[in-house]
Amino acid sequence: MEERLTSILSSYKANRDELIPILQQVQEEFGYLPQQAMLDIAQFIGVPESQVYAVATFYAQFRFTPIGRTHVTVCRGTACHVRGAPRILEEVERQLGIKEGETTPDLEYSLETVACIGCCGLSPCIVVNAKVEAKMTPRKVAAIFAKGDETS
Amino acid sequence: MHEVTLTIDGLELTADEGMTVLEAALANSIYIPHLCYHPDLTPAGVCRLCMVEIDGRGLTISCKAPVEEGMVVRTDSPEINKVRRIAAELLIVNHHADCLACASNTQCKLQEVANYIGIEEERLARLRQPTAAFPIDLSNPFFIRDPNKCILCGICVRTCEEVQRVRAIDFAFRGFLTTISTFGDKPLAESICESCGECVTRCPAGALTPRKSQRPAREVSTTCPYCGCGCGIYLGVRGEKVVSVRGDVDNPVNKGALCVKGRFGYDFINHPERLTSPLIKQNGEFVKVTWDEALDCIGSNLSKCRGDEFAAISSAKCTNEENYLIQKFTRAVMGTNNIDHCARLCHAPTVAGLAQSLGSGAMTNSINEIGSASCVFAIGTNTTVAHPIIGLQIRQAQQNDAKLIVANPRRINLCRFADVFLQHRPGTDVALLMGMMRVIVDEGLFDSSFIEGRTEGFEAFSASLSSFDLDRVEQITGVERKNIIEAARIYATCKPATILYAMGITQHSHGTDNVLAISNIALITGNIGKPSTGVNPLRGQNNVQGACDTGALPGVYPGYQKVGDPAVRRKFESAWGCSLNESPGLTHVEIFDAIYARAIKTLYLVGENPILSEANATHVEEAINRLEFFVVQDIFLSETARLADVVLPAVTFAEKDGTFTNTERRVQRVYKAIEPIGDAKPDSWITCQIAKKLDAKGFDFSHPREIMDEIASLTPSYAGISYERLEKGGLQWPCPAGEHHPGTPILHTERFATENGRAKLVPLEYKPSAELPDDQYPLILTTERSLYHFHTATMTRKVAGLNVLRDRELVEINPKDATALGIADGETVRVVSRRGEVTADAKVTDVSPPGVICMTFHFAESPTNVLTSSALDPVAKIPETKVCAVRIERLEGAVA
Ligand code: SF4
Ligand code: SF4
Ligand code: SF4
Ligand code: FES
Ligand code: FES
Repeated sequence: MEERLTSILSSYKANRDELIPILQQVQEEFGYLPQQAMLDIAQFIGVPESQVYAVATFYAQFRFTPIGRTHVTVCRGTACHVRGAPRILEEVERQLGIKEGETTPDLEYSLETVACIGCCGLSPCIVVNAKVEAKMTPRKVAAIFAKGDETS
Repeated sequence: MHEVTLTIDGLELTADEGMTVLEAALANSIYIPHLCYHPDLTPAGVCRLCMVEIDGRGLTISCKAPVEEGMVVRTDSPEINKVRRIAAELLIVNHHADCLACASNTQCKLQEVANYIGIEEERLARLRQPTAAFPIDLSNPFFIRDPNKCILCGICVRTCEEVQRVRAIDFAFRGFLTTISTFGDKPLAESICESCGECVTRCPAGALTPRKSQRPAREVSTTCPYCGCGCGIYLGVRGEKVVSVRGDVDNPVNKGALCVKGRFGYDFINHPERLTSPLIKQNGEFVKVTWDEALDCIGSNLSKCRGDEFAAISSAKCTNEENYLIQKFTRAVMGTNNIDHCARLCHAPTVAGLAQSLGSGAMTNSINEIGSASCVFAIGTNTTVAHPIIGLQIRQAQQNDAKLIVANPRRINLCRFADVFLQHRPGTDVALLMGMMRVIVDEGLFDSSFIEGRTEGFEAFSASLSSFDLDRVEQITGVERKNIIEAARIYATCKPATILYAMGITQHSHGTDNVLAISNIALITGNIGKPSTGVNPLRGQNNVQGACDTGALPGVYPGYQKVGDPAVRRKFESAWGCSLNESPGLTHVEIFDAIYARAIKTLYLVGENPILSEANATHVEEAINRLEFFVVQDIFLSETARLADVVLPAVTFAEKDGTFTNTERRVQRVYKAIEPIGDAKPDSWITCQIAKKLDAKGFDFSHPREIMDEIASLTPSYAGISYERLEKGGLQWPCPAGEHHPGTPILHTERFATENGRAKLVPLEYKPSAELPDDQYPLILTTERSLYHFHTATMTRKVAGLNVLRDRELVEINPKDATALGIADGETVRVVSRRGEVTADAKVTDVSPPGVICMTFHFAESPTNVLTSSALDPVAKIPETKVCAVRIERLEGAVA
């Protein structure tokens, strides 16, 4: 990781206003913001590490855990919400053994929530590696994840 | 300062220019609700409660609006109240807590504001929605962080940034999830937080609360008993118990700030293990005896061995008055100059070296000048850990754009802020500094008029630079030449520049040379005798400066007046009414050698723990076993006290009156807060009783103030000091006789304290450390301190919370060495030197450079000083605790 980070940093001048572009490029490279990378970035541009974290957590675009091979997004938009998204999320969390924003230790699954993915007619829905799964029920959730990786 | 006139709510009042409207109102007892404002911090303007109406501007946030001439302000109107009410209700909605169960109940600013605005309890309760609960952070042993009670005023964030300058916390996430967070949302104890508690004292709500929050019945102003910074504190007392500490905002040293030890480390005072009655050892067991029995026993034993068969070791933890009495007792009653204390183990080279070059061995400038320096050069000092409040000054200087040069073998915390970091090999300071001076001289960056007007010896000194070409310096120190050049240029050109140093410089077999190198570099650049410059040795213990000043040293009487000088001796003989031994006594390490050789038979040891603090500790223990009679006076039964024949229970700083002299020569009062615990007695009382048992005259004092009067009458630099004057605040010596001498914040402004008034530049050569690594012992062991403990930790290990923050010895080792040896982080290892071995857990970290391992000496279970070398500096007789050769072994049976 060190080398990949160093090569990214080498194209910057260590100005404070480069923080966000650097974070973006690091996320692009690694798929998320590793803690060590954030510490190194703080050192590089000379701002406290707590401030790097503050900025990174403020923007929804940044992730702090790696993405799994299967990335699951649960919709929490209004339509999905009224049709039972919370129960769907609960079931996904139970099936995968992780909470939203987390990744399984074997890097197989990662889980996120979003607001409305524009398929309200199919609500409640989830997205499994870009494939929309419509009209979810906890039973269907169980079925999808019991089948293993086929959906990917 | 200009004053402006403005009108608030129809009242015409004046305020200083630069004040805000909110400050002007509060100063005139007009309450404007506010939550995110704090007088010590820059205004943030986030809570919007301080909203007022200003003519011509409408609604304005008063904590950010500077006063202006003729301004007309209203603090109350329907519009204002509407805004305030919305702002307050929003805060309350997200604040789910039951006020009655909250530690901050009745001190909470949110309650105060809600009362003012008129939001009733019931409405408060109805407004509260149970949103997602954040976990409560219980990781810190001294305070609790409950984000659910946080009103996001940001005061803690600004405190950590502006006061403590650690920046451990910041706002994180957004919207409803916004919270105050450490990096990575970790518990505080796992973050870079230094547990200073500054944020806790300022949090307006119940989000940051001390675990112990007993309110004191009364408060006593006094001086912190830990490090040489000498912070002013208030001890909160309830009954006969010390229940709180807070910083004294009027004390010029700390201005209210405190470190974790000063603020939270007071549990040792009322600790159940305190010694409460005298003990005499009978058949290997201690039995409790009365004071009369103990004193009789001591009297009869001491009367048998007066003269050079006796030695006393005094204590840098004790007051000036006590140290004065112990040396007076040793000299006048026992007839020997065998008196020393642990300054020998820390700053003897400072006293010896600076006396030679500048004429006086103490910090030349004051702590509060450091913040205004243009360059701070910190060498051999882990300031943020060992002298935290001075560390704040360094960070303040940086805030003012000063350059920071850090020279240290280890990548210490300060390096995070450094402009140049010189990571030299342990023990190569002379080469490093001479290399810098070579650059300064070669590039003509020296101050020739200062050299000409105020110093002597420049010729010989600059000739000695010839052997320090940068190739050789690079090779000896391991520091790249470009860094040496950059540091030299910065130090010589960013004026005023100040040097801070500590035991990284002194604890070497060439410690005196190191000190001389430092005074040389300050002298050739003219960085001395002016504000924010100087040569500033940071002294470790609360009163190590004072113990030296009051003569607890073998070669000098109080005020550094030489034992060998007949005129001086006559002065003390007539003052004390006795004849005095004219030969200087033995130093700390020499005393233990003499005991080992059975030349010294009796030892009177006050408040020290040489079994842990002395280099080559096994030898010390063997020596002590050869004593015929051994008296220890202490507050706990320390590792050393267990070996004594008689143990005398002394009191802590909280139970007595006296004075401490901090590292910047400031003499400050210690005030008694509680009565002595059990049968313990002040050290001054004890020494006087022993003296009286030996029929000595001159030991009748009814109060320490009388002892100070005697010190002042015999010590020119203390002549103007009296308790009456100290009531009004500390005084920095030299403070010559006279009611009105203000003390001396800066030394050597006009002339140096040497005989001819000129400072001496001293030629130097590089001498390697006495013990260097070899095949058998391939690593260098160096020693350091932890922020959470003090010295041999007799006091701090009695404070439960400090033990949570650091509970054991750690051998810090570089990842490269660890990999080569197959050692894992946390694994218990054995460290072996030529003198002994200890076991401790490894901590793999690149703070330690390859080839160098590091340990503290706080932990009796892993007594590091069993390993260290007692090779002595030839002048100052300090042992080389900063460099010795060791090897590390894995324990048998450990799995790789
Ligand atoms: S205790 Fe001190 S270091 Fe820790 S967060 Fe509070 S102010 Fe910062
Ligand atoms: S923890 Fe206290 S000081 Fe910090 S933002 Fe919350 S309420 Fe303010
Ligand atoms: S910096 Fe030193 S004197 Fe100040 S509170 Fe901490 S230990 Fe006490
Ligand atoms: S709310 Fe879920 S897709 Fe629109
Ligand atoms: S006190 Fe002014 S906005 Fe908070």
